[in-house]
Amino acid sequence: VRESVKDIVLPILAIAAALLVFGGFVSLSGVNPVDVWVTLFKGAFGDWFSWQNTLQRAAPLMLTALCVVVPARAGLVVIGGEGALVLGGLACAALPYALPLPDNSAGTALVFAAGALAGALWIVLVGWLRQYRGINETISSLLLAYIAIGFFKHIVEGALRDPASLNKPSTYSLSEGMRVGGIGGSDIHWGLVLGVLACLVIGFWLRQTASGFAVRVVGGNPRTAQLVGLPASKLVLIACAVGGACAGLAGAVEVAAVHTNANASLIAGYGYAGILVAFISRQNPFAVIPVAILFGGFGAAGSLLQRRLGLPDASVQVLQGIAFVLILASEALRDMDWKTIFLTPLPRWQQPKSPAPSKEKHL
Amino acid sequence: VTLDTWIAVLAGVGGGALRVGVPFLFVSLGECLTEKSGRINLGLEGVLVLSAMASFGGAYLSENVWLGVLAGALAGGLLAALHGLLCALPRVNDVATGIALMLLGTGLAFYLGKPLMQPQAPQIPAIELGNWSDSPAVRAALHINALLPIGIAIAGLMWWAFSRTRYGLLARLCGDSANAARALGYSVNGIRLVSTSLGGMIAGLGGASLTLFYPGSWNEGISSGQGLIAVALVIFARWSPLRCLGAAALFGGAGAIGPALQSVGISWGYHLFNTVPYVLTLLILVLTCKPGSVAVGSPGELSSTR
Repeated sequence: VRESVKDIVLPILAIAAALLVFGGFVSLSGVNPVDVWVTLFKGAFGDWFSWQNTLQRAAPLMLTALCVVVPARAGLVVIGGEGALVLGGLACAALPYALPLPDNSAGTALVFAAGALAGALWIVLVGWLRQYRGINETISSLLLAYIAIGFFKHIVEGALRDPASLNKPSTYSLSEGMRVGGIGGSDIHWGLVLGVLACLVIGFWLRQTASGFAVRVVGGNPRTAQLVGLPASKLVLIACAVGGACAGLAGAVEVAAVHTNANASLIAGYGYAGILVAFISRQNPFAVIPVAILFGGFGAAGSLLQRRLGLPDASVQVLQGIAFVLILASEALRDMDWKTIFLTPLPRWQQPKSPAPSKEKHL
Repeated sequence: VTLDTWIAVLAGVGGGALRVGVPFLFVSLGECLTEKSGRINLGLEGVLVLSAMASFGGAYLSENVWLGVLAGALAGGLLAALHGLLCALPRVNDVATGIALMLLGTGLAFYLGKPLMQPQAPQIPAIELGNWSDSPAVRAALHINALLPIGIAIAGLMWWAFSRTRYGLLARLCGDSANAARALGYSVNGIRLVSTSLGGMIAGLGGASLTLFYPGSWNEGISSGQGLIAVALVIFARWSPLRCLGAAALFGGAGAIGPALQSVGISWGYHLFNTVPYVLTLLILVLTCKPGSVAVGSPGELSSTR
C-alpha cells in the first residue's frame, strides 16, 4: 500500500513542482507566473471549447503512450512511437488506393486495421532487432522513426500525392463515410473512446491474464523467465506488436478524424509526448488515461499562452521538458525513509549510520 | 549524364562530408567522452539544438563569432552537466534522463530562440582549400569550417589523454569498472559529471557549426537528429576518438547525397536519400552487434550495450 501511495504522490508533486519552476522561468521574460497558471488551466479545462480541444489531443497521446508502456513492461525502452504513428496514418490513407472499400464504418474499421498493422510491424522490427540481432531498442526505434518519416514524406509527396494539393502535399482524402465524426456533435471524436478502451483492455491484459503476466515476468526478471521456460523472445515481440499497433492506430485515428488525409501535419510530435506520458504514468496503462488528458490539456493551452500572454509556442515543450526531468528526479525520493526522517527525535545525525545497501539502478 | 555532372555530385558528397560531417564529429567526440566514463547521453540531441541556438544568439548579440562559439560550448556544457547531476541521483536511469533532456533542450532552444529566427549573425570564417581548382563545385566543396581543425585536434587530444594521462585513464576506469574506481577512492559520480559536461561542451561546438557555418542560420529544424546518430557513430567508431573522424566524414557524406543529387536536377527520392545516414547506422548496428555479447571495445559499465 505504501508503494502505491508513493506511485501517486510523487508524480503529482513532480508536476506541481514543474508548474512552479515553469512559472519562475516565464517570469524571467517578464510574464506574471500567476497569469500563466491561470491561462494554462483555462486553456486546458476552462470551458467546453477547451475541454474539446484537450480531449482531442489526449486521444493520440493515450495510444502513443501505450507504445512505450507495453514494450516497457517487457523490459524494452522503445521511444520510436512517432515512426509507428506516421506509418499507421500512411497505411490508413493508402488502403483505399489499393482496395475498393465500403463507404461506411466497415471501411473505417479496415483502414484502422491497416494503420494498426503497419505500426505493429514497425515496432516488431525493433523487438526483432533486439532479440535476434542484439541491437539496443532505444537507438534502433529512434533511427526507424526518422526512416519512417522520410519514407512517409517520399510517398506523400510522390506516389500517393493528390495533384490538387499544391502547397501542402497530401494524399487523397478518405471518402465521407469512412471519416470518423465527433461524439454527439462535439469536436471530440471517437478516437478518444478507442484510446480509453485500449488503455483499459491492455491494463487488464497485463494485470489479469496469464500472457500479460508472462510479459511482465520477462520484463521484470529475465532470469526468472528463463528458469521457468517462458518464450521470452516471442513475448517481447507480442508486446512490441501490441504497442506498435496502438501507435499505428493513433496515426489512423488522426487521419480519419482530424486531417482526413495523410500530410505533414501528422508529424506533430505525439510520439515523443507519449514517451513523457508513459514515464509519468509509471508505465501503468490505467494511469495513462488521466496523464494523457492532463498533457493534452497543456498542449491545448499552448495556443492560448501564445495569444493571450505572447509567449513563444515552444513554452509547452519547455513545461514538458521540466516535468520530465522532475519526474525522473522524484524517483530519487522514493527510497528515502520519510517516517524515520520525520518521526525520529532530533539529534539523529549523531547516531552512527550503517551504510545503506547499494540498490541496483532502474527506472 | 556528363562528366561535369558526376564531378558536381562527387564534389557535393565530398563537400558534404566535410561540411555536414563537422557537427557529426563534435557530437560523436562528446558522446565518446561521455560513454568512456560509463554513461550514455541521449540528451546530446537537446545539447546540440540548445547550443546551436546559444551560439547563434551569442554571435548575434556580441557581434563576435568566437564569443558565439563560446556561448554554444557553455550552453552545451551546462545542459550536459544537468544530465550528469540527475544521473548521480539514486534510481535515476541515464537513458530516460537523456530522453528528458532531449525534450527540455529543444524546448528551451525554441523558446529562447524565437526572436533569433530572422536576424543574420556573423559567421565562422572559412578556410579555402580549393583555390587550385577551376571547378566551382570543387571550390565550394573545399570551403572548410574553421572549427574542423579544432575538432581534429580534440580527437587527437582525446586519444592521447585516454591512453597517456591520469585523467583519461580515470575516465576509462569509471567506464570499465565503477567498483574498481570506488575501491581506489575516486568519486565515480564526480568523474562522470566532469566527463559528461566536457562532452556536452564539445558537442556544443557542433551546435555552433550548425548555426554559424552550415546551414548558417537558426531555425527550429536546424538539427535532424545528429545528436542521436552520435550514439550510433560512437558504436561504429568502437569508442575510439580517432575513428570518430572517419565515421563523421562517412555520415556527413551520406547525408549530403540527397542535396547533391538535387543540385544537379535529380529531385526524385530527396527524402529517401535524406534517410541514408539512419539506414547506414542501422546496417552498421546489424553488422557489428551480436545477440548476447558485448560490442568490441565498449566500456563495461555502459547500459546501452549490456
